[in-house]
Amino acid sequence: MEIIQLKRTVRQGFVNFWRNGWVSLATVLVMVLTLFVFGGLFFSNVLLTSALEQLEEKVDISVYFKTSAIEDEILALKSSVEKLAEVREAEYISREQALLEFEERHRENSLITQSLEELGENPLGASLNIRAQNPNQYEAISRFLESASFENIIDKINYRQNQLVIERLSQILNSSRAMGLGVTIVLAVIAILVAFNTVRLAIYTSRDEISIMRLVGAANSYIRGPFLVEGVLHGFLASLAAMIIFWPLVAWLGPKAERFFGGPNLLDYYFSNFLWIFLMLLFIGVVLGVISSLIATRRYLNK
Amino acid sequence: MIYFDHVSKVYSPTSAALEDVSFAVEPQEFVSIVGQSGAGKSTLLKLLLAEEKPSSGKVFFESLDVHKISNGELPRVRRRMGVVFQDYKLLPTKTAYENIAFAMEAAGKTEEEIQQDVPQVLELVGLMDKAWHFPSELSGGELQRVAIARAIVNRPDVVIADEPTGNLDPINTWEIINLLEKINELGTTVILATHDKEVINSLKRRVVTLEKGRVVRDEKRGRYVL
Repeated sequence: MEIIQLKRTVRQGFVNFWRNGWVSLATVLVMVLTLFVFGGLFFSNVLLTSALEQLEEKVDISVYFKTSAIEDEILALKSSVEKLAEVREAEYISREQALLEFEERHRENSLITQSLEELGENPLGASLNIRAQNPNQYEAISRFLESASFENIIDKINYRQNQLVIERLSQILNSSRAMGLGVTIVLAVIAILVAFNTVRLAIYTSRDEISIMRLVGAANSYIRGPFLVEGVLHGFLASLAAMIIFWPLVAWLGPKAERFFGGPNLLDYYFSNFLWIFLMLLFIGVVLGVISSLIATRRYLNK
Repeated sequence: MIYFDHVSKVYSPTSAALEDVSFAVEPQEFVSIVGQSGAGKSTLLKLLLAEEKPSSGKVFFESLDVHKISNGELPRVRRRMGVVFQDYKLLPTKTAYENIAFAMEAAGKTEEEIQQDVPQVLELVGLMDKAWHFPSELSGGELQRVAIARAIVNRPDVVIADEPTGNLDPINTWEIINLLEKINELGTTVILATHDKEVINSLKRRVVTLEKGRVVRDEKRGRYVL
């Protein structure tokens, strides 16, 4: 008996969806809009995150060692720096490597090459490029390096010179993230409310039918069932439609955004994560449709 | 079988829809509730269907106090009462056949039972040829016959008709009344609320007369007297 009721509920949901033509279409369209907002937020987050990550990559501090510093001491310092939780990576550039790079960089400049030759020895010290997990951790790393035990080998740390820029950048990164999250939440809430109210309106048009069904002796669960099936249908069709709309959009916007943000090409991203994005939109759409239907029908069933 | 026990219904302090109404309906009886508009006929039926709660008093369906039935049990009890309304109350997105089948589906009947019983009641109300028409494609008389078919398809113990002929012309009115009489002859209790004088006078059945929410007359072979 249970299975027969389930079968009837599903069939009735499909039949109602079809016969309520315009109401169904309007509901799906609003749901498409909602999912489009969610998808749009998702893609913007992908771009924003990659742009911020690239910006973060550009921030590091360099420690310049005295020419007299012994390599073993520097390597010992490097390994102790690497043990810090705040440090993501530390790259050692030896004196020879530094000279090579310097010569390479100034090959065209005969004055510099000449003076280097006249000098006869390598004037450059070794250096260590340090990247933090998070831009606001450079202060702590720099303080660690400035502690007394390394004083005799370290020539200078460029953090103090760049401190202002790094701090400003770190602030911008943090506030961009916070703003992105804030905008995402606000838009998502608006989208959810719009979808919810549309479903409520659609069910409002069926309130008389619900009361008739009750009078005829239909149990509440049996009345509600088809509305939930319709909710699932709305969510499914809307997520499908949203995915289809995103295709030409990311194809058009992808290369432009790639140039502007330097992030991944959205079209490639769309195709390589197609299933994942679709499942996400499907989940949001179905949950939204079902929960809205559940709340909206409850009002007329609990009278 | 049905018993109104000192039932009152007050909507606002200044006006009472029903005041201290008591009477019983026996199995297989055909009872007409008459009275002018606003006399309390519809309120009485709504109380019986547990659509509304009485301000005081009790309504019994067999041994059940209908206002003490839980939300989960109520559908089961309602399936034992077939209802017919002045405005038909058919589901607009379902065909005549589907409207009738819905009552059976809701009662958990099997597909075989539905396929057997729905054509039978459609035959009984003379609408076999309009089975697949939507309510918007049917006339008032036809709509009411579909509603009656829906009301009786689950073989209820009682059919409750609230002004079923209120929107119909004389010919259709008689068809509907004849149908209700036929249903009663087949053993189903019928409660008919109406203010149609001719219908009451020709029925020659029990008449309960309401006036301003009170029972003023209850006669075995009543006439319409106001």
